[in-house]
Amino acid sequence: MRLFADRELVWLIGGILVFLSIATVVAAVLRSRAQSESARATVDNLVARTRAWWVMVLVFGVAIATGGIGSLVMFAIVSFLALREFMTLLPTRRADHRAMLWAFFLFLPLQYWYVATGWYGMFSLLIPVYAYLLLPSVAVLAGDTEDFLSRTSRLQWVLMICVFCVSHAPALLMLDIPGYEGQGAKLLLFLVVVTQVSDVLQYVVGKLIGRHKAVPTVSPNKTVEGYVGGGGLAVLIGTALWWATPFTPWQAALLSLVVVLAGMAGGLVMSAVKRDRQVKDFGALIPGHGGVLDRIDSLCFSAPLFFHLTRFYFT
Amino acid sequence: MVLESLASSVLRGLCRLVTGAQPRWLCDPRSLAPRIYFANHCSHLDTVVVWSTLPDALRERTRPVAARDYWGHGRLRRFVADRVFDALLIDRKSAEGAETVERQRRETLEAMTAVLDSERSLILYPEGTRGSGEAVQPFRAGLYHLAKARPAVPLVPVYLGNLARILPKGATLPVPMQGQVVFGPEIRIAIGEDRQAFLERCRLAVLELAEGRQ
Repeated sequence: MRLFADRELVWLIGGILVFLSIATVVAAVLRSRAQSESARATVDNLVARTRAWWVMVLVFGVAIATGGIGSLVMFAIVSFLALREFMTLLPTRRADHRAMLWAFFLFLPLQYWYVATGWYGMFSLLIPVYAYLLLPSVAVLAGDTEDFLSRTSRLQWVLMICVFCVSHAPALLMLDIPGYEGQGAKLLLFLVVVTQVSDVLQYVVGKLIGRHKAVPTVSPNKTVEGYVGGGGLAVLIGTALWWATPFTPWQAALLSLVVVLAGMAGGLVMSAVKRDRQVKDFGALIPGHGGVLDRIDSLCFSAPLFFHLTRFYFT
Repeated sequence: MVLESLASSVLRGLCRLVTGAQPRWLCDPRSLAPRIYFANHCSHLDTVVVWSTLPDALRERTRPVAARDYWGHGRLRRFVADRVFDALLIDRKSAEGAETVERQRRETLEAMTAVLDSERSLILYPEGTRGSGEAVQPFRAGLYHLAKARPAVPLVPVYLGNLARILPKGATLPVPMQGQVVFGPEIRIAIGEDRQAFLERCRLAVLELAEGRQ
């Protein structure tokens, strides 16, 4: 298997497994010590999250192990689930039905088709240009003008987030970086690890020493301490992973910083969306985490930036 | 047999993919005694969703009541209705003349009580036709007559949410979205309960589930 041929990839995956095992043990110890009602609830949530992480790592590991096509299919499914969750929350009208069908059954598969075939031009224009013009054209034929501009904008926004943005993660595999051919899986792992570790550390640091609320009207649980501490640690971890990437340590640090900042923005923006739609989570698919979109909100923002910076400067 | 169970699995898989429907149970999902499930009707998906979210043991002993004018047409639909759902096809009002209408009503009621008497459950939609999905229309009297004919059989209100957006009237393909299925607590008809009062109580039982969904 190609998976084991690449030493660095084995180290990356091994590291994740060790990290998760430690988290599982810590969660078990905390559980046996939790006294108060609220502490128990927090620990139960932690245990549920850790369990879900095992499943997510397993799915992602299998996807990575099967090479490009596995990752592609996995992210296509993620896009599908995210789009399904997001569409549920949209105040759509009967007249949007056909446009929504097109989003699901035409643009989603096409986008991933262009990732698979590596046609960069079409990959980056399909949704911002073609879907942007076609979806309102389809919708307008239904003849309903009520709230038309908002409906059109919402559908486009959702498609951009769930399909266009997410597809930039597996698109890392189509980059041709001199001296790094066929190793895109590690780049994808780097992005996902830095993004997710940043989320986890912000949560943990915020829980441990968080005092000052950062943006109380949008997300009351986010604290300045969590952002700075968790984000800072995530940048350090990203930097420490430079050996698995085509970057120097400094470049890895800068890119990690971009990924972390974009992730924070993504988390906040999606929190605002949830507030706006008056829901706590986007779904209930992943125990302890909420929906798929709750888990990938930061990735939606970090993936396109990371992809383009890597493409501009390293290919 | 193989074909039926294959079709059943495929249909349930598709239903899950499109509606992501995870049922919420406010009554015992393991009780095998016959029941009358009654739901709001807003989409052709309704029957598929209720049927596919029932646990295997319950699904095997539950027969959806379906309109013959829709489910009786076309080979695929007939196959699904007869062999997969094991639906009880009934005629909606199409007959002329008070006498025929009365006979039809009696035959429908007899067919439904026969199902309950054979220790199996029914799924029905007392609104009669599909609504817009926003409001639940007044219930037709059939539910009352059935409940009165078999007062010992518990009735289970079922709320279906969002399905009208997934597959609205007149659409052929469903847009994947999260649907809601809530099985409410069992209710029974009271002795001497007035028809209107009973039907309204049942309708409110469904509506209550809609409000408590978050």
